[in-house]
Amino acid sequence: MKRLHLERLANPQLLALAAVLLINWILFPNFFRITWQDGRLFGSAIDVLNRGAPVAILAIGMTGVIATKGVDLSVGAIMAVCGAVAATMVVAGYPTPIAVIAALGVGVVCGLWNGFLVAVLDIQPIIATLVLMVAGRGIAQLITEGYIVTFNDPTLIFIGTGSLLGFPMAAVIALVLMILVTLVVKRTAIGLFIQAIGVNRSAASLAGINSRMLLMLVYGLSGFCAAIAGILVAADIRGADANNSGLWLELDAILAVVIGGTSLLGGKFSIPLAVVGAIIIQAMNTGILVSGFRPEFNLIVKAGMIILILMLQSPLVGSAIGFFRRDDKRVVSK
Amino acid sequence: MADTHYVLEARGIMKIFGNHVALDNIDFGLKAGEVHALLGENGAGKSTLIKILTGAYQPDGGGIYVDGAQVSLDNPLHAQTFGIGTVYQEVNLLPNRSVAENLFLGHQPLRFGFVNFRKMEADARVILKNYDLNIDPSSELGSHSVAVQQIVAIARAVQLSGKVLILDEPTASLDRNEVERLFEVVLGLKARGLAIIFITHFLDQVFAISDRVTVLRNGKLIETRALDALSRTDVVRLMLGKDIAFSGATDVEPSEAPNEVLLEFKGYGRKRSVLPFDLTIHKGEVVGVAGLLGSGRTEVARIMFGADPADQGTVRVNGQPTAIRKATDAIKHGFGFCPEDRKAEGILGDLSVRENIVIALQGKLGWFKALNRDEQMEIAGRFGESMDIRAASLDMPVKLLSGGNQQKVILSRWLATDPAFLILDEPTRGIDVGAHAEIVRTINRLRDEGMAMLVISSELDEVVAYSSRIVVMRDREMVAELRGKNINPGVIVQAIANNPDEAVA
Repeated sequence: MKRLHLERLANPQLLALAAVLLINWILFPNFFRITWQDGRLFGSAIDVLNRGAPVAILAIGMTGVIATKGVDLSVGAIMAVCGAVAATMVVAGYPTPIAVIAALGVGVVCGLWNGFLVAVLDIQPIIATLVLMVAGRGIAQLITEGYIVTFNDPTLIFIGTGSLLGFPMAAVIALVLMILVTLVVKRTAIGLFIQAIGVNRSAASLAGINSRMLLMLVYGLSGFCAAIAGILVAADIRGADANNSGLWLELDAILAVVIGGTSLLGGKFSIPLAVVGAIIIQAMNTGILVSGFRPEFNLIVKAGMIILILMLQSPLVGSAIGFFRRDDKRVVSK
Repeated sequence: MADTHYVLEARGIMKIFGNHVALDNIDFGLKAGEVHALLGENGAGKSTLIKILTGAYQPDGGGIYVDGAQVSLDNPLHAQTFGIGTVYQEVNLLPNRSVAENLFLGHQPLRFGFVNFRKMEADARVILKNYDLNIDPSSELGSHSVAVQQIVAIARAVQLSGKVLILDEPTASLDRNEVERLFEVVLGLKARGLAIIFITHFLDQVFAISDRVTVLRNGKLIETRALDALSRTDVVRLMLGKDIAFSGATDVEPSEAPNEVLLEFKGYGRKRSVLPFDLTIHKGEVVGVAGLLGSGRTEVARIMFGADPADQGTVRVNGQPTAIRKATDAIKHGFGFCPEDRKAEGILGDLSVRENIVIALQGKLGWFKALNRDEQMEIAGRFGESMDIRAASLDMPVKLLSGGNQQKVILSRWLATDPAFLILDEPTRGIDVGAHAEIVRTINRLRDEGMAMLVISSELDEVVAYSSRIVVMRDREMVAELRGKNINPGVIVQAIANNPDEAVA
């Protein structure tokens, strides 16, 4: 059993993360230097966790969606909407908890709307979520009336920039959410049902799985995650920017999920590995930034890194190396 | 006219896929001015032959002759230049373009290099008149009924080729009036001297318009005959290869006092799918369903299970009226369903054997009463053993198993839910002999344990062997119910072929 656990650590995602961190360390020897200051940890590595949190949170919801053979393009726009809701409400004088709950509720409603289009009206997910991807920014602008709504609410700001046990709040929230969602999915039958729908929706429905309800749940969760990410981003800059909040982050989230080994064709999925994927992406971003390269390099290096990681996951390369094939050889004990 | 003059002829056609002989030395001749039905069950080689006649496939042996001269057809477009056109079951046109554009797509009348719409629509009007179609050529094709679209497709094929017309199940999605409309068109073309090949699963339609019939079975030519010398029974016998003198009386005792009634379907049906039927199913009874492919067998199974909900009629389970609108409703009442298309609707290919077996039970338990891994292993292991599922590991993806083992997995999936009523659609199709025997054994065992079953199968010997009763489907209608000691494949063949007097044994 021990051996099995060790082998499980040798998955492509963690190896890739180690490689990225190693390169960062070589290019910028101070990468892992962490200091304690004002009751919290500071350093580039901590920064990776903090900056990577929004995409990691999006990736948690996106994993479920992609596992059902869907995709959610609207999460960036939902972030903007929910950030706008939270910001305008605290500015209008509502108590912070009410504003946060309202923003989360709006995110869930947006997600359920996507779920309705996909599950009930049977619209292809890429088109169904494109609707809100486009319309969401408009809605966010209507809410903020075209301005960047800034606020000074201390509770909200604490959610974005505070710390718990020295770790940035955003990272703590992402970690807690990851653990919660993973536990729910693993401890209930929901994980199995999500996989079944992703592998073969008609067979799953014939086997008695309520695929509509499950798709609503999955898209609703994605909306909920986007709402959390939206609140975090708004709280971080102390303002809701309808135009730029969460812009293109849906693509990073999809990428994180794919790096995490969940196939766009649906089926087997892993939420923790998708979070690792998000951290890999952020580690690259931060690495390029702190090691003094021009930010323009960022996109190109990112693309090269993605190709490398995806190649490691390709069955062809995997069998050529023979190293990552770990599950086929186990013999069942009778 | 000499009988030997064929517009289109195939001699000694061979087609081999891998080491499977799809067509074995087929001779086929088509005369001008005839409607020639091409019949055979699935896998008999009909579509392979059609693909060779239209140039989509190249034969591995033999030759194709048009008006007596040997030709080689490179592709369907090339076949068109020899006058051979095809209309498929699904209309292969552009629904969002006008009727006229569809008629002339690819060879529109041009003027200064631009499409001359006025001439095109005028020409289209002339063509449509030939078919008694009074529609506006500039209207969108998709705005018309499937039947009209089908006629437009025929008109286009005739316009382009004009000598041989191949109709591949053109009536599959039409209702009765529409079929008649289509037949008028076909008979009109026949009168104009076209040679027409007609492929369908509906025997009535064969007898309604065909002059001759060619029957294929397992890639071999069985017979080409003039239809007026044949009865329906003869045709069914040719297709299924069953000798009418076959003696295979059922070994099931006809229970004079049957067990309690489990299910009562009354006037149960679905538009464009199955005509309303009445059927009562008792506990401990296997109801066999016989009928040709496309007769509505699978549709009956699907509406019973709620996969396609019924839109008329009522169902009682244990005497209680209820509604089965979707699969989960059916499962709640203890139904299980092994679909015909294992790969598309049965297995969850990438998931493990274990997950495939527990999925229906877990679906019944709901989201929160999750079976843990050990429980799953226990259930999967139990059925793996009792059903003799040959898998290297219960954790391997089910898609790596053989067809027979996949079928056992799906059967196990339902047995795990402890069903009261099991619907099996072609449970033994395409599986090896060993698995076949195992599944037949299981059906017998479950019946003896008191489970009710509905089993659809093309294997008549097999249906006879395990069924307590047999219902016969023809043209989407439940036409006969056979019971008693004297059920044998011959009787079923007669019932399929519509011989009501002889059918009641």
